[in-house]
Parts: sequence; C-alpha cells; structure tokens
Amino acid sequence: MTARSLESGAPARERAASPSLWARIWQNDAPGYLFLLPWLIGFFGLTIGPIITSLYLSFTDFDLLTSPDWVGADNYIRMFTNDPKFWASMRVTMVFVIFSVPLKLAFALAVAMLLNRGMRGLPLYRALFYLPSLLGASVAIAILWRQIFARDGLVNDFLSIFGIVGPSWISSPQYSLWTLIILAVWQFGSPMIIFLAGLRQIPQDMYEAASLDGAGKWRQFVKITLPLLTPVVFFNAIIQTIEAFKSFTPAFIISGGTGNPINSTLFYTLYLYQEAFGFFRMGYASALAWVLLALVGVFTAFSFLTSKYWVHYDD
Amino acid sequence: MATSIQLRQLVKAYGDLEVIHSIDLDIDPGEFTVFVGPSGCGKSTLLRMIAGLEPITGGDLLIDSQRMNDVPAARRGIAMVFQSYALYPHMNVYQNLAFGLETAKTPKAEIQARVQRAAEILQIVPLLQRKPKQLSGGQRQRVAIGRAIVREPKIFLFDEPLSNLDAELRVQMRVEIAKLHNDLGNTMIYVTHDQVEAMTMADKIVVLRLGVIEQAGAPLELYNNPKNLFVAGFIGSPKMNFLTATEDGAGLKVAGATLNLPRAVAGATTLGIRPEHITLTQGSGIKIADLRVDLVENLGGQTVVYATTSDGQSVNIVLEGQAPVDLGSTVTAYADPARLHLFNANGDAI
Repeated sequence: MTARSLESGAPARERAASPSLWARIWQNDAPGYLFLLPWLIGFFGLTIGPIITSLYLSFTDFDLLTSPDWVGADNYIRMFTNDPKFWASMRVTMVFVIFSVPLKLAFALAVAMLLNRGMRGLPLYRALFYLPSLLGASVAIAILWRQIFARDGLVNDFLSIFGIVGPSWISSPQYSLWTLIILAVWQFGSPMIIFLAGLRQIPQDMYEAASLDGAGKWRQFVKITLPLLTPVVFFNAIIQTIEAFKSFTPAFIISGGTGNPINSTLFYTLYLYQEAFGFFRMGYASALAWVLLALVGVFTAFSFLTSKYWVHYDD
Repeated sequence: MATSIQLRQLVKAYGDLEVIHSIDLDIDPGEFTVFVGPSGCGKSTLLRMIAGLEPITGGDLLIDSQRMNDVPAARRGIAMVFQSYALYPHMNVYQNLAFGLETAKTPKAEIQARVQRAAEILQIVPLLQRKPKQLSGGQRQRVAIGRAIVREPKIFLFDEPLSNLDAELRVQMRVEIAKLHNDLGNTMIYVTHDQVEAMTMADKIVVLRLGVIEQAGAPLELYNNPKNLFVAGFIGSPKMNFLTATEDGAGLKVAGATLNLPRAVAGATTLGIRPEHITLTQGSGIKIADLRVDLVENLGGQTVVYATTSDGQSVNIVLEGQAPVDLGSTVTAYADPARLHLFNANGDAI
C-alpha cells in the first residue's frame, strides 16, 4: 500500500459510515433554504431575470407579439442621435432632479431644525409632516394636486382674494413642471425624519462651546450643524436623487399620461412608459431603462467618490 | 489684572422648581475656586449661569463689578472646558483651537501665534494636524484646555474636566491645571464632585448642597473648622467618624462612657473625629472609646483600621506606618480634644 492510499483510507471509511455530503447539507441547510425560497424565487424570477432579459431586449426590436429581432446598438444610437423626445424627457427629468432634490432637502432640514428645538407636541408635528411622504407618491394625491393647481383650483381661489387671476398651473408649459417640483418638495417627510435623527446626534455642548467662542446661530449652523450632518445629507441626497430620477406617478396622473403640455412634464420614466406600453417598442424602452440605470449609477458613483472630500464621519 | 466675580442673591428656577437658592459668593481676582458637592447640588448649574449658558432667574452676577446677567456668553470674557471636551470632531486640533479667534475675526498671523503658544504650553504641537478622534483622552483634554487658553479669557471655567480620565492621568492633569493657574494667574472656577481634587487645587472651596452654599473657605479652613455635619463629612478622606453623643450631668457621653472634655458641650448630639486624628496610644489625648477591630488594611505607609464601639457604631482609624493591630482584638481610641468636632441636633458645629 502506498502512503497516498493510506492517507485517504481513513476519510473514505468515515464517509461510508456517515451520510453523504449532500445528504448532510440537505439535512442541515434545507430548512434555511426553504424559508429563503419565496425571496429567491422573487429575486431571480422577478428582479434579476427581467433585468438580464431587458439588457438583451435593449439590443433588439421587440413588440411583445413577435419574437425580438437583434438590431445591435441601433436603439442606443437612435436615442442619442435621432430622438428629440428622448432629449426633451431627459431635460425635464434633469430640471426636476436639479430643483426638487436640493429644495426638498433644504426644506426638510429647515423643518427638522425647527422641530429639533424641543417643542411641545413634537410627535404630533413629526407625524403630520411625515404624512405627505406616505401619501405623496399615490395616485390620489396626484389627483388632488391636479385639483389644487387647476384653473379653478384652490391656488387660484386664494390668489383671487388679492385680485390676481392665476393661470392654469398644470396646463401651462411654463408652470406645469414647477407644480410637480412643488409636489415633490411637499413630500419632505422622510428626509426630515432622518435629518431630525441626525440633529439629535449632535451633542448640545458642541453648540455651547461654539456660543462661548462667540459663534452666532448662522455660524453655528454652517460650521457645526452642517458638517456634522454631512453623513445624513449624503444619504438623503442619494436616496432622494434616485427617487427623483424614478419619479413617475405624479407626472403620469397630472398630464393624463401624455407628458403634455408640449412635453413639459414628459419625465424620462413617462417617456419610457409610453414607448413600452403605448407603442409597444419594448426593445427601445429597455434601452431607455438601461440608460437611466447607467445615469443613476454614474451619479451615485460620482457622489461616493466625492464624498471623502465633504462628508465628515465621526469615527 | 485678574478679574473678580460676585454672586448676589443668585437664583435659578425651572418653572416653579428652584434649584439655586439665593447664593452669595465673592471670588477674588486670580483665585482658584472649586465648587464641590454631591451630584444634583447645583454646582454645574451655578457654573453655567456664570458662563452665560443658563439664564439667571434672579439676583446679580457681577464680573469686575459689571452686571453680567444679560450679557451674552461670548462677551463675558470667559472660556470653559467641558466635561465631554466638546471638541469639534470634523476639525483638526489647530482648527479647534483657532475657531473662537476666527469667529472674532482675529488676523491670521495672530491666530497662528496664539495657537502655537497655547500648543507649546500644553505640549500638543505635534498633534495640531490631527483630528480629535485620533487623540487619547488626555490629549483631548489638553486640546480642550488649549481652546480656552488661546482666547486669553479673563476667567476660566472648568466643568468636571477630569472625570473622563483614568486615575493616573487625572492626577497628572490636576497638577498641570494647578500649574497653569500659577503661570497664567487668571481667576478660575472649577467644578468637581471629587473632594480630593477640591482640596489639592483650590484657593477657595465652595461646598454646595441642594442649591445652597454649605460653606465657603480655604481648604484647610473647611477641613479644620467645618461649619456643619455635611461639610465635615464631605471634606476629608476617609470620611470623618460621627458618634452619637448624649449630654449627662458630668459631660458628654459617647458609647456608654463619659468623655473628659475640657470645653462646653451644651446641645451636642454628635461627636466627630477624623480617622487620622485617632491614636491607639494615650499620649496627650483623651480616651474616646473601647473598640473591637473588624478589619485591618495595611497600605504600607499607613494602616486603616475598621472597628466598632460597644454599642455598634463604626469607627475608622488611619494610623501612620505599619501599626501592629490584631483582627478581633479590643483597642482603646484616644484623640486630642482640640481635634474633636461637636455638632448639635441641627447638624451645626458647636
């Protein structure tokens, strides 16, 4: 007998005596995988599967009824060279992101700072201010918004008290996108809650030391509150920007799914939806979706790369 | 010229709850004053009122005879060192030190010079570019003191600055703060609950309890002549022994025996003796009581004896050197009558 077979002899006997490796795995781990199964099915069947499929479809011509035709990069080339609606929708979404996110964050921070002053009934106010965030993305609120900003809506009723005749905010191309930005800003609740939690983490004696150092409220805000809050600002900015890029329902409801007037509310996602489910150009819609994903990915990566220069972590 | 502080009938109340009751106190220029007392006695509140971090409800705060009640904290000429250090975590040591000066729009060159000088005093020059999280507790403490020094304030306030440090470092920083006071000569107020810190650092100790001053004076004054039971028990370590006393025709009776006291004892209900003032040999003292020895701690330099009287009252004794005391034996305690303290039923010294 060689040394080699001597060495392998013992484990072989052991294996023969005990149940096989697979049986053991099955016995030990099966219940775990069983509990995971619904999520695994969902993750692979409903998330990863469609993502990969859509990547493939983005290189095809596909109308849902006939099988997809491979067209190479044609969809992408057309998008960037020969599709004014793509650029229009990109512009609308960019304007929406650039204005709604900073405004929302600023508003959320302002309200959080107000609430952080230890007022009576804080839990009530917190809940009330959070409410729009819960309802905001819903169809009902979008409909309500349409009523408020319509020609004979609440806003114009209010303006008429001062003798001002307001336009129809949602059907005029100058204003329609801004009503959607206001609607987004109004949903400041969830970043506000996170800001509030962040503000609570800043020790009071930091402000006391600063006030002894002669720093007024504004300097305290700029030099202490804001820097110490940057991790929270960073988190909120990323989440809200991604949300803003994905924003769909309000524009869909308020413009009746058209993105009108004159494409002024044609959000990128709305255009994508039209291409996919209006014109059944699934291949092109998939390409649009991948461009959006890339855009969000680039933005997020850029944020993380720059974060080390402006986000202060305590530890 | 250092700065004087006067508190006149100073009151602090939160709604109906009064926590500082009409306090009068004079702090002389250049004095190192220590506020000491158990937690909740109002010592930190009083300090914060002087700092301008707590509004004053009633009375007057005078700094160099100027009423300061309504002057903002930054314009009272004070700097404060916080228990938590309160360093700005996102700024390096240099920026932490410079913050107050930058706020005051001090010229850059002067900021640099003052930061450098403070850093040299505190030996933190190599740390100037570090963030607070990269510093040890002791180093943070130095930076916190440095932040006070650079502002060249008239008054330094310290709010339990050493309580987050370990014992060894605490002793070291205690010495350094005392040295700093000697070098700078500023008026300083220091809050602590540690009576050893108070005894070792203070020119004047202010003992507070429940928002009133129990006694204020030089450390040895408080040690030798405590005004009441509370001060007697608070100042000195180990604590003063208190024995129940009753008056009989012949004098003061303690633990069943009458003391041969050469002074009036009318009204006395408690006899106080510091552990270090008890001897087990008669010498010049009078006999206090016979004691049963429960425990002996030999510390080398001194011996601590825990004993009880025949009626069950405990007495601690600190003897110099390595005294041969046997566990369970009976010893007789003697003390110099001049070192005995008598208190009446209200707890006031007689």
